[in-house]
Amino acid sequence: MNMATAYDAATKQDELEQGAGAFAVAVEDAHKTFGSLKVLDGVSLRVHRGETLAVLGRSGTGKSVLLRLIVGLETPDFGSVRILGQDIAGLSLDRLGVVRKKMGFLFQHAALYDSLTVGENVGFPLRHHRRDLSKAERSDRVNQLLTEVGLENALNKMPSDISGGMQKRVGLARALALEPEILLLDEPTAGLDPISSGEIDDLVLKLQREHQMASIVVTHDLHSAKTIANRLALLDKGNVIIEGNFEDLQQSDIAFVKEFLKQS
Amino acid sequence: MSDRAITAGAGIDSQLPEPQEKPLPSAVGTGAALDSGLFEWFGNLGIFSWRVLKAAVTPPFEGRELIRQMDDIGSKSLPLVALAGAAIGAVLSMEVRSSMTRFGATSLLPSAIVFSVIQEMGPIITGLVVSGRVGAGIGAELASMKVTEQIDAMEVSAVNPYRLLAATRIVACILMLPLLTLAADACGLLTGWVAQTLAEPLSLRQFIDAGFRGATLSDFLPPTFKTAVFGLIIGLIACYQGMRTRGGAEGVGRAATNSVVLASLFVILADVVLVKLILVIFH
Repeated sequence: MNMATAYDAATKQDELEQGAGAFAVAVEDAHKTFGSLKVLDGVSLRVHRGETLAVLGRSGTGKSVLLRLIVGLETPDFGSVRILGQDIAGLSLDRLGVVRKKMGFLFQHAALYDSLTVGENVGFPLRHHRRDLSKAERSDRVNQLLTEVGLENALNKMPSDISGGMQKRVGLARALALEPEILLLDEPTAGLDPISSGEIDDLVLKLQREHQMASIVVTHDLHSAKTIANRLALLDKGNVIIEGNFEDLQQSDIAFVKEFLKQS
Repeated sequence: MSDRAITAGAGIDSQLPEPQEKPLPSAVGTGAALDSGLFEWFGNLGIFSWRVLKAAVTPPFEGRELIRQMDDIGSKSLPLVALAGAAIGAVLSMEVRSSMTRFGATSLLPSAIVFSVIQEMGPIITGLVVSGRVGAGIGAELASMKVTEQIDAMEVSAVNPYRLLAATRIVACILMLPLLTLAADACGLLTGWVAQTLAEPLSLRQFIDAGFRGATLSDFLPPTFKTAVFGLIIGLIACYQGMRTRGGAEGVGRAATNSVVLASLFVILADVVLVKLILVIFH
């Protein structure tokens, strides 16, 4: 049994036993329109605990918007988003914060705080949410996170002084600071050379193995998606047109899927 | 790791709509468009203010960031405010002297300078200088954070940006404006006296005694503390413009410009209302 099949079986079993709460992330019939532009048109996705789902698609098909819905940075016009069983619609910013502490988010351009050092960036969530930790304990945790992403020597550097790949690693370390149950990665390898992309993929795989998080990876990079995901979902015109493992995509008769695989 | 705070890209409070960046309607627009744009702008400002207020009065409180902002807004504005106050004091002294001499009322010159500086010139000059320096600074800084997704990153980290970024800056502006006004007043009076004594020698003590003769606290406290309202306006508009920015570098530039222009405009308009209120309540 391959990994995807194993997850599918576990997912179905959990769904039967525990309902939608068994999923780390459950997006149901999500619609999102900006002005006259319909970005998401009834997207439904479910991600099981410990599973990695890669969301693929052309630019402008709503992949990043989907992630922003999941993390509560946008609200769906219609449909629901449940995180660890909790519907996040209508939550105040502070209540949403409680849910967000269980999620880590790596932005496409890392979104590091440019006035803080690398260490301070990684320590930012700890400083605000782990007030029980002493300064020394926080510092140890930051060092440990930076070591995990291979940047133990960058502690006191400014974000502007490190490369794009290193910034993504710092962003990843920051996303892991609160030991999240869900990791969301927006184009983790975009703009990186193939070697750096490979390093980020390896790092994500290693972290998934070590932390056993549910992950959603939005990417254009089919090779990266194949490497790090258990399951793939292809988005087109605001909807998921196929979902499954790589072999499922390869065997699909849908013209867009064939074209996407051919061009990737 | 030090505990330095963030100085320099909105998520949502799901209960309320996200304010979208729209410039105030152009004067050449149609009447209906003007009305709808104005209502939308003020409506979004109201929503923003409500979020900031909610964030400001609920724990955790960001005391460390507040102190840092007070230092940033206060100490870094002090030289500029002092210089502007000094210049106004000197100019006022020379201009008023010329008028007073014409009407044979030079003995009232110290009072005229003291009352003019403390009741109006000091507060309004402080308000306008801080609008320019702090308004542009806050507007550009928050706009830059917004377009680079730093504010989103903060929100995703479960840190309320309305509390950490907006409330701290607005409260710092409210607290620092009266103090800066006192500095502007002091510098204005000092240079007013220097200009006076160069034309007609008079000791500082005589100048102060003559200037404050018959004055009561109600003559000076309300005009000084009205600048707290200027601080509220400057902080609120600059944070609002910064945090709703869209559109990259151009958006950052627009946010900084709008912050200064709108904050200055609203400070002047608020001054009209506050002067009338002070006259009604305290005189």
